[in-house]
Amino acid sequence: MSATAPISSVNDFVVRFANVNGSGSASANEMFARSIIRHGVPVSPRNIFPSNIQGLPTWYEVRVTEDGHLGARGGVDMMVAMNPQTWDKDVASIEPGGYLFYDSTKPMPASKFREDITVIGVPLTAITNSTYTDPRQRQLFKNIIYLGALSALLDMDPKVIEQLIGEQYKTKEKLLSSNVHALHLGRDWALQNLKCPIGLRVQKADKVGDRIFVEGNNAAALGAVYGGATVCAWYPITPSSSLADAFTSHCKRLRHDPETKKAKYAIVQGEDEIASIGIVVGAGWNGARAFTATSGPGVSLMTEFIGLTYFAEIPAVIMNVQRAGPSTGMPTRTQQCDVISCAYASHGDTKHPLLFPEDPHEAFEMAAQCFDLAERLQSTVFLMLDLDIGMNHRLCRPFKWDESKQYDRGKVMTAAMLDEGRDFGRYLDVDGDGIPFRTYPGTHPTKGSYFTRGTSRDRYARYSEEGAVYQDNMQRLLRKFETAKDLVPRPLQANAQKPTKYGVIYYGSTSPAMDEAVGMLEARGHQLDRLRIRAFPFHSSVASFIADHDFVYVVEQNRDAQLRQLIVNENGIDPVRLVPILHYDGTPITARFIAKAIGDHQDQLKVTPLRKVVS
Amino acid sequence: MTYIAKPKFHHRDLPKNELGYTHRDYEGKISTLCAGCGHDSITAAIIEACFDLSIEPHRVAKISGIGCSSKTPDYFLGNSHGFNTVHGRMPSVLTGANLANRELIYLGVSGDGDSASIGFGQFAHSIRRGVNMTYIVENNGVYGLTKGQFSATADRGSKSKRGVTNSDNAIDMVAIALQLGATYVARSFSGDKHQLVPIIEGAIRHQGAAFIDVISPCIAFNNHTGSTKSFDYVREHNEAVNRLDVITGRAPISIDQAPGTVQVVEQHDGTKLALRKIDADYDVHDRLAAMAFLQKHAAKGQVVTGLLYVDPEADDLHANLNTVEKALNTLEAKDLCPGSSALEKINASLR
Ligand SMILES: Cc1ncc(C[n+]2csc(CCOP(=O)(O)OP(=O)(O)O)c2C)c(N)n1
Ligand code: SF4
Repeated sequence: MSATAPISSVNDFVVRFANVNGSGSASANEMFARSIIRHGVPVSPRNIFPSNIQGLPTWYEVRVTEDGHLGARGGVDMMVAMNPQTWDKDVASIEPGGYLFYDSTKPMPASKFREDITVIGVPLTAITNSTYTDPRQRQLFKNIIYLGALSALLDMDPKVIEQLIGEQYKTKEKLLSSNVHALHLGRDWALQNLKCPIGLRVQKADKVGDRIFVEGNNAAALGAVYGGATVCAWYPITPSSSLADAFTSHCKRLRHDPETKKAKYAIVQGEDEIASIGIVVGAGWNGARAFTATSGPGVSLMTEFIGLTYFAEIPAVIMNVQRAGPSTGMPTRTQQCDVISCAYASHGDTKHPLLFPEDPHEAFEMAAQCFDLAERLQSTVFLMLDLDIGMNHRLCRPFKWDESKQYDRGKVMTAAMLDEGRDFGRYLDVDGDGIPFRTYPGTHPTKGSYFTRGTSRDRYARYSEEGAVYQDNMQRLLRKFETAKDLVPRPLQANAQKPTKYGVIYYGSTSPAMDEAVGMLEARGHQLDRLRIRAFPFHSSVASFIADHDFVYVVEQNRDAQLRQLIVNENGIDPVRLVPILHYDGTPITARFIAKAIGDHQDQLKVTPLRKVVS
Repeated sequence: MTYIAKPKFHHRDLPKNELGYTHRDYEGKISTLCAGCGHDSITAAIIEACFDLSIEPHRVAKISGIGCSSKTPDYFLGNSHGFNTVHGRMPSVLTGANLANRELIYLGVSGDGDSASIGFGQFAHSIRRGVNMTYIVENNGVYGLTKGQFSATADRGSKSKRGVTNSDNAIDMVAIALQLGATYVARSFSGDKHQLVPIIEGAIRHQGAAFIDVISPCIAFNNHTGSTKSFDYVREHNEAVNRLDVITGRAPISIDQAPGTVQVVEQHDGTKLALRKIDADYDVHDRLAAMAFLQKHAAKGQVVTGLLYVDPEADDLHANLNTVEKALNTLEAKDLCPGSSALEKINASLR
């Protein structure tokens, strides 16, 4: 009996699996998460993996959360410690009263355990070795055997897991039966030799509803299919490669002409990021919807072209799955650290729209929307994902598509319009919204052609380096950016239960942790109005939200408070009014972190008289 | 005045091609290059080739990088869309444009600085992907626009205008194009219109990656003694393997009448290339022999010109990607969007 009472909780705990990369544990661990969802209980899993292929430690964390909190919680209630290399660290990370599950085939010295936790040993290697001879089978089935033992310890319904195995190996009867067999080996051993269930339990509930379980990269790729992307050029980089892979597999299933079997898309793995964005630029110039998927280092390489798209006004979509920088930084860790570099990518005075999805559902919608925006605005539009959304499964609202939706191809002058005698000046602001008409190459034998260039030119696309002509163009580009404010997704505001002088701004993958933190803060007596920013340029409601509060916290996952900088810069706001709350160790931000940082700040305000800041 | 438009005066008696277009319909703005620049002769050759082939000018997309050479697309085919992109990256932009609409004719114009240095990778990869294009490098051995630095095609031992001797080895882009699988490879000289025009015509007609290296002396920075890219040097060291006639499917074919001296190559689109041979042993279908031939003559200080290799059965990137025949940029929501019932199925698979 440990000194601290064992944690007792139904449908609300965190299990973390410590494995060795390459041991084949990923699919068993994911099956664990999925089977809990099939019990009707929400989960939020996170993959924590090294930037190495084999041998190094990897963790998979499953937050079981009946309340549906999808942010990371922090802390571990049960550790499935399968990696001797990280044993000490893993054991130390367990919450007091928590549980340690380990392979007890080889005896461990008592010093390797803790007094205040419950230790559960299962001789996994012994069970596996007595059943299987093939080394690869031994390794793979060991994972299923611990899944079986866990199902008994956590009181899970084995039928649910069997069904999942059945779906996974639908066409492979042999694999199906051998996996089910391994599952029961573990389960039966636990039931016969251990006290089951333990304090942590999964109980059937009805809390999942019609939600789907999907990664952000997969969702964004599907959004590109629905949004009408026909050209994709990309270069491998973590964490965005799986987005291009997913686009490829969606296209293979959904985008072939049924009669000719030919592809209604073109995907090219470029020789680098420069070529990838170059292909996107060429395709966009020529009237196709094109995108690339990349991460920070790729964006760095693409910036010269991004400047060209700004000045020559060419539609392009970049899906940037952010990872911890600068430089190679931590390639497999998450951050929101490319906000400034994307907003102002390239030399000279440039600005580009950014969209910040909070989850896979929005990643799907916004990915599709990026193509409308890029063509309407004739500019590069960034979808700002990050590793935490991109590479982790999330429960989210199901995807939806409005059948009546037509693509917004923007202002394109056709041969018929030219024949009507419409004046075509490639850089003419005909409607006062800063957006000119363009023509596609090949439109008309004698009218509407023009020469696209990165050098300065007049409203009729004729080369000119006259200062006034250049300024006229640069001013129109600003007007266009102003127009964009009403076209991009608006911020969403949620007010506290009681009127409050304090607000909080946040964006992207911080969203679920923020939602949970608000509850924690309320419990501590702090009320906050919330504004979730969904795009740059900022809608006018961002400035008014800030004006309406004494000051506003800006929560983000980078060191330099990049969104805060952007708000200060673009809206001319006194920086004192925006208090940065920053999390940037590469792990996803947690509700506990936000609640503590804001709560501590608020507590201080109560004791120190507030210096009145003028709006 | 920072642009110069040509007067829209059409002489009545100008000869017309099959579509009724005159030479003027293939011209562009007045060149702002140095008078006598080799690049202007290439511009003239492109105009001539497009006129001869009766191409509809607006069905051509002209794409370039940055440099004097890359400015030239503004000086021809004024009724077609042009794109002066960024330094060295013409090939990727052209690739993307080609993927978007396979129905246009793609003309990539670049310089040796643009393609052999900063853009060497893009040059190589567009060739190995088999993009259906005519890729012309206007090769003067120097950076013209930035005033005379050596480029990577400058021969070792050749001298700059300031008397500096180049100690680096030269990149032979023709050799590289052959090695990378270009299916139409030629070299010519801006001062030899009779050879250059049909080479461009053959390249435009070719369905695959066509690469043409055109030695194009820079009279401002590379036309002195000691340069191996000067007018005089190239004239003296030119070793032409063949002269070319391009016969479109519509014209009567009579070229076979001179057996022994003519080799006829039929391309994918029905065009026939009639090669009037100068070098008796030269076979344009043999990639390996072309490579060896090139090296052998280079060692002798000779510049081999002519059509060096052609694969009339070439495939292009679209064939490799198995894309639909229709231009991708014409597909609409009904062709592209799988609809909400497909989405329902996807949702169900994710539960
Ligand atoms: C990224 C970048 N680096 C450098 C330059 C400057 N630059 C402009 S043209 C040029 C060289 C052009 O040489 P080449 O392609 O041989 O063309 P030419 O002018 O000789 O016809 C350079 C280096 C640039 N525009 N962009
Ligand atoms: S500098 Fe050389 S390449 Fe440029 S225009 Fe003058 S002659 Fe031609």
